Amino acid sequence: MTGDHQTLALLLFSTFVAVTLGITTWVGRHRQGSAEEFYAGGRLFSPMENGFAISGDYMSAASFLGISGLIALHGYDGMLYSVGFLVAWLVVLFLVAELVRNCGRFTLADVVAARMRERPVRIAAGTSSVTVSVLYLVAQMVGAGSLVALLLGGTGEAARTWTVIGVGALMVIYVSLGGMRATTWIQIVKAVLLLGGTVALTTLVLVRFHGDVDRLLRTAAERSGHGEAFLAPGLAYGGDWVSRFDFISLGLALVLGTAGLPHILSRFYTVPTARAARRSVVWSIGLIGGFYLMTIVLGFGAAALVGPDAVRASNAAGNTAVPLLALDLGGGAQSTGGTVLFAVVAAVAFATILAVVAGITLASSASVAHDLYASLRRRHSKPRSEVAVARLAAVGIGAVAIGLGLLARDLNVAFLVGLAFAVAASANLPVLLYSLFWRGFTTRGAVWAVYGGLVPSVVLVLLSPVVSGGPQSLFPGLDFQYFPLQNPGLVSIPLGFVAGWLGTVTSPEEPDEARHAETEVRSLTGAGAV
Amino acid sequence: MQSSNDRSRGAGGGPESAADHRAVPGRAYVETASGVPYDDPRYDDPWYDALASGWGESAGPGVPGPAVPPMRRDAPAEPPRAAADVYLEVQRSAAFQEVRSRYRRFVGPAVAAFFLWYVAYVVTATSAPSLMARPVAGAVNVAMVAGLGQFLTTFLLTWAYTRHARLRRDRAALELRWDTQELTRGTRGGVS
Repeated sequence: MTGDHQTLALLLFSTFVAVTLGITTWVGRHRQGSAEEFYAGGRLFSPMENGFAISGDYMSAASFLGISGLIALHGYDGMLYSVGFLVAWLVVLFLVAELVRNCGRFTLADVVAARMRERPVRIAAGTSSVTVSVLYLVAQMVGAGSLVALLLGGTGEAARTWTVIGVGALMVIYVSLGGMRATTWIQIVKAVLLLGGTVALTTLVLVRFHGDVDRLLRTAAERSGHGEAFLAPGLAYGGDWVSRFDFISLGLALVLGTAGLPHILSRFYTVPTARAARRSVVWSIGLIGGFYLMTIVLGFGAAALVGPDAVRASNAAGNTAVPLLALDLGGGAQSTGGTVLFAVVAAVAFATILAVVAGITLASSASVAHDLYASLRRRHSKPRSEVAVARLAAVGIGAVAIGLGLLARDLNVAFLVGLAFAVAASANLPVLLYSLFWRGFTTRGAVWAVYGGLVPSVVLVLLSPVVSGGPQSLFPGLDFQYFPLQNPGLVSIPLGFVAGWLGTVTSPEEPDEARHAETEVRSLTGAGAV
Repeated sequence: MQSSNDRSRGAGGGPESAADHRAVPGRAYVETASGVPYDDPRYDDPWYDALASGWGESAGPGVPGPAVPPMRRDAPAEPPRAAADVYLEVQRSAAFQEVRSRYRRFVGPAVAAFFLWYVAYVVTATSAPSLMARPVAGAVNVAMVAGLGQFLTTFLLTWAYTRHARLRRDRAALELRWDTQELTRGTRGGVS
């Protein structure tokens, strides 16, 4: 890679950092301090603003870089991610968004704790939310690292480490100084940039093929070396039954995980009413659906124009397919157009990573301060001190994510996100749905539902081929792989639901009729919502 | 604590004025985070918006659902009760049961439908790749059509859900909300 790439990309990226830091300080000037302001941005965003912010939170680097890379390498099998990521929003829209907005204040645990004994439920839900967030953060950090490695070529090992650290430091600044209001505006700016970049690249791909999608697909299939098989399922997840079950497992995790992601749930609290929450979801389904349709074009475009071999040579997991595609679309490595487009895409991807990372950090610091800290420390702390704890938590979570991000740098980011979704679907979704819809649900059921999903999903990941036992693993030298699937969703999601049911039926306590009535009335009417 | 209420109404008087909002016509003046005030129908008053699109004239192409019976008729004269009893009473009222069953009658089948369709898609992709590879037109095969079909059904269901909620649920739910908040106000010194 030439120096021009680096200079221009760094310049564009510095501009984004400067703008976002500007937003942060400008927002941080006034109305600081209250928990309402820090966690929920004052709850006065419009549905459109929140819709853009939700899609900004959701369209991570994993989607932009990872999905297109998977499609470029494995053809149709990469498309499953696009479909699953979008269909998942129906679960959010139908079952979660409005009801959660009506019942909760800042976090997932608020909804559950309203019906149950507060302390055990908050500790359980807080723990699982933090776990999901950290896994998701690691995926974003890995994405940042591989981008830098691409920018700086083979010599970028130290630069890669420093990038991950720098991203972590920036996100801590955004979150601790700006809170939800700054984070939301950063998401909106980023969503517009990302959609703009994606539309531009998609247009260029289609123009290259004169709008002939059929020829794009044929060229991709020929170039891949797999022929027609490239356009049908089975390349990545075909073959033996283990990989087929892996595919189903991933599919389940994607569609059920979104509704359990803490940073998505906390976005619904930034609008004033349930109806506004619904309308933000409609906005985001439109934006996200369009975006994922375009990532499919980009993925097949990268396969057709760059070729899977070149993509694999640059990054074995395919994370750099889109930047390489941009280079080619602009006119090749030596041309000005290629340099500019490459720099733009790299900067957009950086911006994406930064914004998503900020969103997740905020949500997890809310879980730490509002759920864990408030429950574990029994002293009556004022809201101001809770916000101070949240700021500290952001620093701690940043440090953990940096460490794990450096460790996991060679895994595909879309795949890592799949893991985060599996944990979210196993630990967060059952307890959320049970407390919203099941009259007889009890405290023990809630606690069991969380741990019954969280523990199996994390343990199965540790025992899976992702961590040990193969050349692609985190620890290739060790072998404690006892679970064949890479994604635990197929086993751990049902376990979460079963554990919640089992805990409830074995529970000695009677379900609280009145508090169930309160949850149900509040969730459907919005009475008493803050 | 209705902080957002206070801010959105500018001069709003907090919980005490919550009931008056129903009587205030027109839209609210909402101040955005950027400090730019706007008075655009698309950003209607968060406390008022359900009525704005569902009251009187039918909003959109559909017909508003049949009216829901009022929850209570003579409540203002009743003595205050415990908040828990209020929620139980509201939950048992015909109005709430109607809203809840309208919600469930739509969401239940819709969730079952899209979930089965999605699982069928994933399972077919893994267990019958030869079926999915069958060409439809040019390079486009069954798998491509099914994948894009998932996108299409998602958009369609989104549209159907919002239309159903707007026409058949929003108005009744908002009225229940005010009634419930009026009832609980006396018991807890404000809707918490």
